[in-house]
Amino acid sequence: METINTTLLIIGGGPAGYVAGIRAGQLGLAAIVVEGAQPGGTCLNIGCIPSKALIHAADEYAKTVHYAAQTSPLGIKVEAPSIDLERTVAWKDGIVKRLTGGVGALLKKQGVRVVRGWARVLDGKTVEVQPQEGSGEEPVRIRCEHLLLASGSHAVELPFMPFGGPVISSTEALSLSSPPRRLVVVGAGYIGLELGTAFRKLGSQVTVVEAAERILPAYDADLVKPVAASLERLGVDVRLATSVLGMEGDRVKVRDASGVQAYLEADRVLVAVGRTPATTGWGLEHLMLDMHGRAVKIDEQCRTSMRNVWAIGDLTGEPMLAHRAMAQGEMVAEIIAGKRRWFQPAAIPAVCYTDPEIVVAGLSPAEATAAGIDAISASFPFSANGRAMTIESTDGFVRVVARKDNHLILGWQAVGVGVAELAAGFTQSIELGAQLEDVARTIHAHPTLGEAVQEAALRALGHALHI
Amino acid sequence: MGIHVIKMPDLGEGIAEVEVVAWHVQPGDTVKEDQVLADVMTDKATVEIPSPVAGTITSLGGAIGKSLAVGAELIRLQVAGSGNFSADKARREPVASGAATAPAEEVGEPQLEAVAAHEAQARAPAAASPATAPAKSAPPAKAATAPMAPTGRTTPGAPLRADGEKPLAPPAVRQRAWDLGVELQFVPGSGPAGRITHADLDAHVAGRRGGAANGGMDERYAEQHGEHATQIIGLRRKIAEKMQEAKRNIPHFTYVEEVDVTELEALRLQLNARYGEERGKLTLLPLLMRAVVLALRSFPSMSARYDDEANTLTTFDAAHIGIAAQTESGLMVPVVRHAESRDPWSSAAEIARLAEAARSGKATRDELTGSTITITSLGALGGIVTTPVINRPEVAIVGVNRIVDRPVIRDGAMVARKMMNLSSSFDHRVIDGMVAAQFVQAIRGYLEFPATLFVE
Repeated sequence: METINTTLLIIGGGPAGYVAGIRAGQLGLAAIVVEGAQPGGTCLNIGCIPSKALIHAADEYAKTVHYAAQTSPLGIKVEAPSIDLERTVAWKDGIVKRLTGGVGALLKKQGVRVVRGWARVLDGKTVEVQPQEGSGEEPVRIRCEHLLLASGSHAVELPFMPFGGPVISSTEALSLSSPPRRLVVVGAGYIGLELGTAFRKLGSQVTVVEAAERILPAYDADLVKPVAASLERLGVDVRLATSVLGMEGDRVKVRDASGVQAYLEADRVLVAVGRTPATTGWGLEHLMLDMHGRAVKIDEQCRTSMRNVWAIGDLTGEPMLAHRAMAQGEMVAEIIAGKRRWFQPAAIPAVCYTDPEIVVAGLSPAEATAAGIDAISASFPFSANGRAMTIESTDGFVRVVARKDNHLILGWQAVGVGVAELAAGFTQSIELGAQLEDVARTIHAHPTLGEAVQEAALRALGHALHI
Repeated sequence: MGIHVIKMPDLGEGIAEVEVVAWHVQPGDTVKEDQVLADVMTDKATVEIPSPVAGTITSLGGAIGKSLAVGAELIRLQVAGSGNFSADKARREPVASGAATAPAEEVGEPQLEAVAAHEAQARAPAAASPATAPAKSAPPAKAATAPMAPTGRTTPGAPLRADGEKPLAPPAVRQRAWDLGVELQFVPGSGPAGRITHADLDAHVAGRRGGAANGGMDERYAEQHGEHATQIIGLRRKIAEKMQEAKRNIPHFTYVEEVDVTELEALRLQLNARYGEERGKLTLLPLLMRAVVLALRSFPSMSARYDDEANTLTTFDAAHIGIAAQTESGLMVPVVRHAESRDPWSSAAEIARLAEAARSGKATRDELTGSTITITSLGALGGIVTTPVINRPEVAIVGVNRIVDRPVIRDGAMVARKMMNLSSSFDHRVIDGMVAAQFVQAIRGYLEFPATLFVE
């Protein structure tokens, strides 16, 4: 068997692994990325990017349906709109292909070799790669000084309702050739709601089943309210405090809080109950690494319990976010290249592409209180924002949380159409240690949604101008 | 009675928080110096915290299981004398830049009650805003604080921030601090809300250099994190390979003998006085070369090259003497060919020519190869003894040490003589120790009775 030697071997070509590879290449380290599927990982292939493409298509289509109903105050009239989901999926696949191809090109430009195949860890310095079946390539053995684990995560399966047949994960949901007539979504987290909403807009009858008392349990109630209202408006049937018991034929058996059982007719059942680190099936157990729950335990430099074995991204647990993974990958490459670095972000933003969008960065009011901080918070509604009115999206608000004593900004939350783009400013202000006064005294362009950011800071200081 | 405060020591790179895993004392206990007070644990190790002083425990920094920031108060003791802590000690001596205009250097009021209690987080960061630290500052704890950390590094001064509070710094400042090896929790922030600015970092680093501004973060003892890789190429690689080969292949036998060079030096000065103008001045080296040439007549196996792969020792009737010379790019060994045919002045002229050629990089291959024995000298830095490395494939090298005036016994009386050691190494595979010693004694004989260098 051919043996390749390298300095840095990265298992997984997702956002964590490919960014580590690019940065390693920039720093002159010999690096190899092992990837069994297309580079780009879950994010580019079956996650963030394709889902956002589908959501965009669904939004555009929903607008035409809205215009066709001839109730739009804009005076736009459309007749008999339709959507060819196969073409939509082909368009989405084109975007994915362009991005994954771009990742490959970036790695190549930095002199980083991509070995295609599935890695199997033999020890902390040796990995064997089995090529994809039918590729005609021979297995290779790779020896490295540093082993970087970035195998990512996969969708959690319900043991009594395994994937297969009508039961699908988000991966399959993103490649359907037509919208299912009746879709049951198990789990009202951000993945379930994003896709459930999109399919509702594409014409499916959608029922969302959630075991908790409310949707998006990870977010605070005020933020979730506009999303819940929108789901109701769209006609999504949301069953809260309801457990899924299993499939019976093409029906999903559920039980509500009072113990009453019911059956939900379904052509497809999307199970979106979370993601779990991909720790099995590739020899990780040989390393006997310390674990943190189901995730690989790491320190502030992404070191595992074994010397020169590093782990980044979803494999290391929550928050499972591509941008966190990329920052970790960049950092580990720099550490290996001899720089002194720690993973100490002041905030990691998170975005839900629900309708409307939710974005958070830093502490919520409740989290600040729980941390023992005397904090103030204030929000500014989009109903008082001119730009929001002009795009017919006055639901939602921007909220800021700051220390009471010195006005240091601790967190931002927003819900509303298009607010995902506010994440940049939110996180920047926290990282730079901005005070309420800094944001309040910054001129924000008019008319933009961003004015609500400034107004929230002004309101926290007690002198909002437009409310 | 005074108060002595023990702070959570810095247990190593990158560790900002340390967990208390055991208290071995309780408030009210009397402790002796070096008595173990607590066990603390990082993710790397459990470390015992000994008491640097004798005293009575008055308070502990938190319950078992609590994580404390490095530099946070761990234990407070009541001690005899003034202790290391005083809440109302006057401001530190103003530093050169002027204390009033240097908020960056302000260390802040030691908020000990806040450190111990939970209100800490509700309060402003102690060091952050000058307003909370009116005319008070950290005690100059450096002098009074005994070493307490196993790593030996103390963190004197009052806590810069409340317990558990992270230093506030923008990403660019954070990265620069990492690059500089500065731990931000020790840097006071002068910006709004206690933000650490680039200027604060500069002041901190300058303070280290000044040795005072930050309570013991002294430039002279600062950690250095630079690493500078150099490619070993060219002549340096050649030298490395030759040295490695010589040491790997040759079992060196080194023999040191002292030589009385009083007479030789007298002669040399005499010769220089008489002939210096017309023939050039002599150093000791050409005279030593002559002594070696003469000694080789009796020990022909010393002028030799040993091919250890072919098991062949080739001895030479000629004496091609290599002279180890330091050049800018490293050690070179130009060769005085047929030294047996040269008088001291001729040798001196040839040495001077070769040395210049080697230093200017103009020495030819012929001038740098073919030696059969080598002489090495470090000149004025000759030292007492050296262990020369044989210039493989030769079998002998003669090293010259420094000439010093020493008291020696001559005819039962102590007299001052000019003494010099010869440190010589031999290839013990082909030169027996006795022969080596005899060879050096022969050289010594010629040098101590310099007339024999010329009169045969």
